[in-house]
Amino acid sequence: MATTEIRGIGHSVKRQEDARFIQGRGTYVDDVVLPGMLHLEFLRSPYAHARINSIDTSAAAAVPGVVAVVTGELLAEHNLAWMPTLSGDTQAVLATDKVRFQGQEVAAVIAESPYIAKDAVELIDVDYEPLQAITSPQQALEPGAPVIRDEKEGQTDNAIYHWEAGDKEATDRAFAEADRVVTLDTFYPRCHPAPLECCGCVADVNPATGKATIYMTSQAPHAHRTLFALVAGLPEHKIRIISPDIGGGFGNKVPIYPGYVVATAASLLIGQPVKWIEDRTGNLISTGFARDYHMHGELALSGDRITGLRVKMLSDNGAFFADAQPTTCKAGLFHIVTGSYDIPVAHVETDGAYTNKAPGGVAYRCSFRVTEASYLIERLVQNAAYELGVDPVDFRKANFIRPDQFPYKSATGFDYDSGDYEAAMDVALEKLGYAELRKEQEEARKEGRLIGIGIASFTEVVGAGHGAEYKIAGLRMNDGAELRVHPTGKAVLKLSVKSQGQGHETTFAQIVAEELGLQPEDIEVQEGDTDHTPYGLGTYASRSTPVSGAATALVSRRVRDKAKKIAAHLLETSEDDLEWTQGRFSVKGAPEKSTSIQDIAFAAYTDVPEGMEDGLEGVYYYDPPNMTYPFGTYAVVVEIDRGTGAWKVRRVVAVDDCGVRINPMIVEGQIHGGLTEGFAIAAMELITFDEDGNCIGANFMDYLLPTAWETPSFELGETVTPSPHHPIGAKGIGESATVGSPAAFVNAVVDALAHTGLRNLEMPVTSDKVWAALAEAGLAE
Amino acid sequence: MAEAPAVLGGATTRPVTVTVNERPRSELVETRLLLVHFLRQTLGLTGTHIGCDTTSCGACTVLLDGVPVKSCTMFAVQADGHEVKTVEGLAGAEGLHPIQEAFREEHGLQCGFCTPGMMLTATALLERSPSPSEEEIRWALSGNVCRCTGYQNIVKAVASAAGKLAGR
Repeated sequence: MATTEIRGIGHSVKRQEDARFIQGRGTYVDDVVLPGMLHLEFLRSPYAHARINSIDTSAAAAVPGVVAVVTGELLAEHNLAWMPTLSGDTQAVLATDKVRFQGQEVAAVIAESPYIAKDAVELIDVDYEPLQAITSPQQALEPGAPVIRDEKEGQTDNAIYHWEAGDKEATDRAFAEADRVVTLDTFYPRCHPAPLECCGCVADVNPATGKATIYMTSQAPHAHRTLFALVAGLPEHKIRIISPDIGGGFGNKVPIYPGYVVATAASLLIGQPVKWIEDRTGNLISTGFARDYHMHGELALSGDRITGLRVKMLSDNGAFFADAQPTTCKAGLFHIVTGSYDIPVAHVETDGAYTNKAPGGVAYRCSFRVTEASYLIERLVQNAAYELGVDPVDFRKANFIRPDQFPYKSATGFDYDSGDYEAAMDVALEKLGYAELRKEQEEARKEGRLIGIGIASFTEVVGAGHGAEYKIAGLRMNDGAELRVHPTGKAVLKLSVKSQGQGHETTFAQIVAEELGLQPEDIEVQEGDTDHTPYGLGTYASRSTPVSGAATALVSRRVRDKAKKIAAHLLETSEDDLEWTQGRFSVKGAPEKSTSIQDIAFAAYTDVPEGMEDGLEGVYYYDPPNMTYPFGTYAVVVEIDRGTGAWKVRRVVAVDDCGVRINPMIVEGQIHGGLTEGFAIAAMELITFDEDGNCIGANFMDYLLPTAWETPSFELGETVTPSPHHPIGAKGIGESATVGSPAAFVNAVVDALAHTGLRNLEMPVTSDKVWAALAEAGLAE
Repeated sequence: MAEAPAVLGGATTRPVTVTVNERPRSELVETRLLLVHFLRQTLGLTGTHIGCDTTSCGACTVLLDGVPVKSCTMFAVQADGHEVKTVEGLAGAEGLHPIQEAFREEHGLQCGFCTPGMMLTATALLERSPSPSEEEIRWALSGNVCRCTGYQNIVKAVASAAGKLAGR
């Protein structure tokens, strides 16, 4: 029989979701319009730190078209002035006693149009008494520094947490016995995910039914529903979160923001739908920033081997500790900082401090701070190679975890699932022509030209996580998939995760296609509506494929098991006599006796064996046995202009191993995007503050994003080392390139000047910093 | 000549007629109403998006008499008597525009938020330069930000659309 190939795993299927996006028929949250809908606009604090003496809302309330002006005082009457954060802290919804960062939400106007709401906001009169602003964690921890969180019982300073991982004693011993110690102090600056769509919601609390339907920019709609129930005291079955099309997330749409809470409270009190759409400045100055880690790293060396790693990190968490944290790990998964290297002992010490800056931070396209960890170790190993006078590639190869060491237990307690780091590196080096480039670099130096080659051989840790160990706000980090096969052999797959552009509607259909032998276009993937999808913790930390992808494969197999029973009935044989080839059960040794999945689906509703329930569907909740560990090698070649300090990217070679690739086209698209954001962080993205705590980087004229003009072209390569514990061997790819590439870009610029003794340049590596380094080395033109 | 401004609910208003996607649309608008809000809220054409409010990101790009403009930095009254094309007007009687086909085929979009503005800027480029070089494409698109794709596939899509248009 002629069969059409099933376009399952490994096929670059064109995306199902694109049809609506290319025709302007998507539905993003700002496109949602409901009858009687009102509009919310915030008044934000102009000060970073100030006491609020009084708020006069009378003039604003008098503007025609204004329905209500909400203050913290009003919210406090409903016990909603403060809300819990994802890390067990509290955050002001609307300021009551003090403002603690510039841009903090102070009051909200609810009006008939957004223009009227903006007009009225201008008329709110707040009497502030400015206080000293704390703008760095070092300043925050000085004795006698003003206490930012003076409302918290027992909080007498600005310290948030102290957390350690690894073995301090053994690590100290390794350093005492080392031939040589290599040190790097570096600051991973504050940046912002800045998805092109800002955050927003439409909250619609129906006064007749009590049902709260909240359309919101949520990467984690189910977790948000539970948090709404816990925070607002609403019964959970009366809350429906709908996360419509999302215009990029990158971690920015993981936390719960005051806008969602105030809009919902206002809708509840007024009895009409309320829309809150953040403007770009609001997005950049008040919602989840990323990074802001001050890091000190030391490598102990014996010969060319790393014998120990010691790290101290101080994080700037802003005014409220609002990171998304998997339970006990106060600095996320930062302790993965041993990276791709077989380092026998390590000790990681982390502290966090409150400052008068926006709260956060989220992990910008990153699994819980693996980005900062990867950056530190990849910068350190390059510097160690320089100190030893060996090639950074050879030094890495001498210290990589070897393939025969997997599964590998790291010094800080991670169980690496699989890897072949040298193989990925070799693919990258060959693609790059590494040896020739090193020769060219040498020749160029003689001519006075500066070329740099930067490598990063990163390992990620994604797909959190096994529920027993990893939880957010107490919720186990599991995800569900529900599959219904209709009588005509078409299917609907419902997921707990939520795409923000990753292409779930295509990729997850391909997993079902592979397992059931249906074509991907015969499977509709639905996400983002908590009334109609199974529970799970959502899309961030590259966890959709590792967790919901596994649930999808396993629910498909569960459905196929039932299909097999029906097939045996239809073919009048026993299950043991059947064999499966994509989409069809046939009798062993008699392939002409067979039945298709479509026929089985019809029989599931018309002709099931006696005693069997009708239907062909299932649900599966997946609790991963372990996280997955994607890896790869990125290599960047730059050339420096000695006159200006500008650096131009000549080549970017990226070799990723994310295990089995479901849709190679989509995987490569994810890598392109991640490399671009990694380049952006290395080269230009920066949220900084002046000494009064004024945010510099509050719009896209100051917070620089790369355009098509600045962004380099990328050359991709791959190796495939399946995850041994994932049902289809996939590891996740959404974030690898943002995690791995910043170190490669910075290493490349440093490499161009390494012969002058240069060992560090801080991100963003702007021309003026490079020019200063050139000048110090006497190389500026 | 425009009529004298009227005052409605305390705001100054003025009647405008803008031809949007070849259909004349006459409305009474506040003089301060941004073109993007006229398209999205007054006409319900939500394919045009808002990404930054400062003319930086290009998500709100539409064609005004064939020229790309950022509709967040223009008043609706300034478009009075002009022709506007939005993403909803890209496809024609014969189906999708080649730029739409090419964006899908080359995986030139992910979240889709920048896509309408990106495609409209690209069609204007192809109108004035039917077979642009990579450098020309990158320069033409440099007023439109994409956070997802890294531009590589967008550039490929524009080049591919140029080929499709040449073959027509």
